[in-house]
Amino acid sequence: MVHVSATPVLALRGVSKRFGAVQALTDVELEVHAGEVVALVGDNGAGKSTLVKTIAGVHPIDEGSIEWEGKRVSINRPHDAQNLGIATVYQDLALCDNIDVVGNLYLGRELHKRGVLDEVEMERRALELLKTLSIRIPSVRIPIASLSGGQRQTVAIARSMLGEPKLVILDEPTAALGVEQTAQVLDLVERLRERGHAVVLISHNMADVKAVADKVAVLRLGRNNGVFEVKSTSQEEIISAITGATDNAVTRRAARNAEVTK
Amino acid sequence: MTTEKTPTATKVVNPDAAHDALTAVDPRLLVREQGLKGYFSEFKRKVHAGDLGSIPVVIGLIVIAVIFQTMNSQFLSAENLSNIAVTMVATGMMAVGIIFVLLLGEIDLSVGSVSGVSGAIVAVLSVTHGMNEWLALVVALASGAAIGALHGFFFAKIGAPAFAVTLAGLLFWLGFMLQLLGENGTINLDGEGVVGQLTTYYFSDIAAAYGLAAVAVAGFFLSSFFDNRRRAAAGVPSRPLSDIVMRTVLLGVIAFAAAAMFNQYKGLPLALVLFLAVLVITDFVLRRTAYGRKIFALGGSVEASRRAGINVTAVRVSVFALAGLFAAVGGLFWASKIAAANQSAGAGDLLMNVIAAAVIGGTSLFGGRGRTWNALLGVMVIVSIQYGLALEGIATPIQYMITGGVLLATVVIDSVTRRTQKTAGRA
Repeated sequence: MVHVSATPVLALRGVSKRFGAVQALTDVELEVHAGEVVALVGDNGAGKSTLVKTIAGVHPIDEGSIEWEGKRVSINRPHDAQNLGIATVYQDLALCDNIDVVGNLYLGRELHKRGVLDEVEMERRALELLKTLSIRIPSVRIPIASLSGGQRQTVAIARSMLGEPKLVILDEPTAALGVEQTAQVLDLVERLRERGHAVVLISHNMADVKAVADKVAVLRLGRNNGVFEVKSTSQEEIISAITGATDNAVTRRAARNAEVTK
Repeated sequence: MTTEKTPTATKVVNPDAAHDALTAVDPRLLVREQGLKGYFSEFKRKVHAGDLGSIPVVIGLIVIAVIFQTMNSQFLSAENLSNIAVTMVATGMMAVGIIFVLLLGEIDLSVGSVSGVSGAIVAVLSVTHGMNEWLALVVALASGAAIGALHGFFFAKIGAPAFAVTLAGLLFWLGFMLQLLGENGTINLDGEGVVGQLTTYYFSDIAAAYGLAAVAVAGFFLSSFFDNRRRAAAGVPSRPLSDIVMRTVLLGVIAFAAAAMFNQYKGLPLALVLFLAVLVITDFVLRRTAYGRKIFALGGSVEASRRAGINVTAVRVSVFALAGLFAAVGGLFWASKIAAANQSAGAGDLLMNVIAAAVIGGTSLFGGRGRTWNALLGVMVIVSIQYGLALEGIATPIQYMITGGVLLATVVIDSVTRRTQKTAGRA
């Protein structure tokens, strides 16, 4: 682990979110520091995606508060999140297959020179960006369609870096990737941490989580179910927190009996 | 590139590549060799990957020229080629508009009818009502754009399929044109007027054709040269000078040969100059401006475009407006060619020819791939076939069948190259 700041970049305090009759999130707490990778894990329907969407401004929160660098903020639109310095890379990639790498990196924020696209400057900066992130792709002037899944994912992540975000949220970045491609993406996650970005990584893959995350925040049925230091926690402990293996009729009875005998 | 590698990355490289992975440059990177050799290896790589570009259509044009020339020696005469060049402009202008729509991955079936409306508006306003012809022309173009924007509104804002909206437009605007023309059915235009001269005016001074060729070649060379110098100065990959010179020479040969040919007949046709100007401008807009980038992005992935902050509705409406505008422009050239607005304008095989021209030229029907220069190549193929068959006195039924065959051949080539592209990871 590299240097970790005292004030978290992002802190969620008692966040709740309700969709009609469904209580998607209940009193969720989460802290992310600069230069730290926090893995957000949980079973399907645990509220991971909802939580990420509240941070990204897709769904405003109902209760609780969001603190950004120690100050309370309200995030009501995706734009608010972007302005704060939050970049989100969604699972289904937001890239255009027919446009080349440079065009995709700068899509929607093209550089201009006298009203005309400044292709040279965009290409130069794209090469520079890819180099600092040690991303290797065959050429920045070939369409995204000719890249492998892992290369596309790294381009999508690189694209989120253009706005110099403080916090990067990666939604299942290694889902549907092969072994080598997964390694490429994990390398990139480590490089983001080295550069001092805070990273929230949503993953189903325990191996990935163990490989790159510093902390693991477990969600279960829309509630916190523990935050673990990756180094000092076994995979079994995390999985039992995800599945709720430690929280069932038997354990509850044991806990009650322990109290009674005390 | 640094040689620095994280442990994980080194681990995952397969044993054969492990040695290479230690070198500074990844062997998979596409580094182009300098000079002619590099040019040919790049070309070979592209052909293998199914990236044929304009090669099939250029070969097709050569085959057409050879076949018709052996059938009738008049085919490659200056007069015939000049006539082909003038006639193709009407269809070509409409094909430019269709290419914008095809880039979105949509279709506009109404362009034929809209072109008829535009011709009728000019004729009714200027001949029947005695309006200034320039003003009538502006009204016709604005109407075309407005009609296109209306189609775009129903497609982009209401969410109706573009196919259905423009099919309704095809019928509606056909009826609208017939209503405008009234009982008479035909309004003759003044052959010496603005619209009349669109296809009849020739720059008879031989300096005009050669001058335009020289300006085009010089413009091409200088823009590539300075663009390249900027790239080299910024340290990004640039083309070798020999490459630019080769392209310039190729363009020069074609441009001056065409100029010499036009000068043997009546000179440089105004219609062709306008068409080339439209092609240069639209190509610039598509490839060098943010607006053009948005159109390509929408053709690639609508969701990605929306997430990148592109106003999807506005771009879609504007593209349909452009299709309507270019349909109107084509309608004016059509009216000019027959010196009248009549009931058959915009009907028959016009719509099919426009779409065929765009597709034959190399524009993908699936969106996101194509250039407006495709309109020039495609329309050359279609009009050459029409003229070649007309020279032989072969009747319209056979013309339709042959044009249909060519279109089928084109989409077969397109599909096959797409499959090759898929296996080469480029689809």
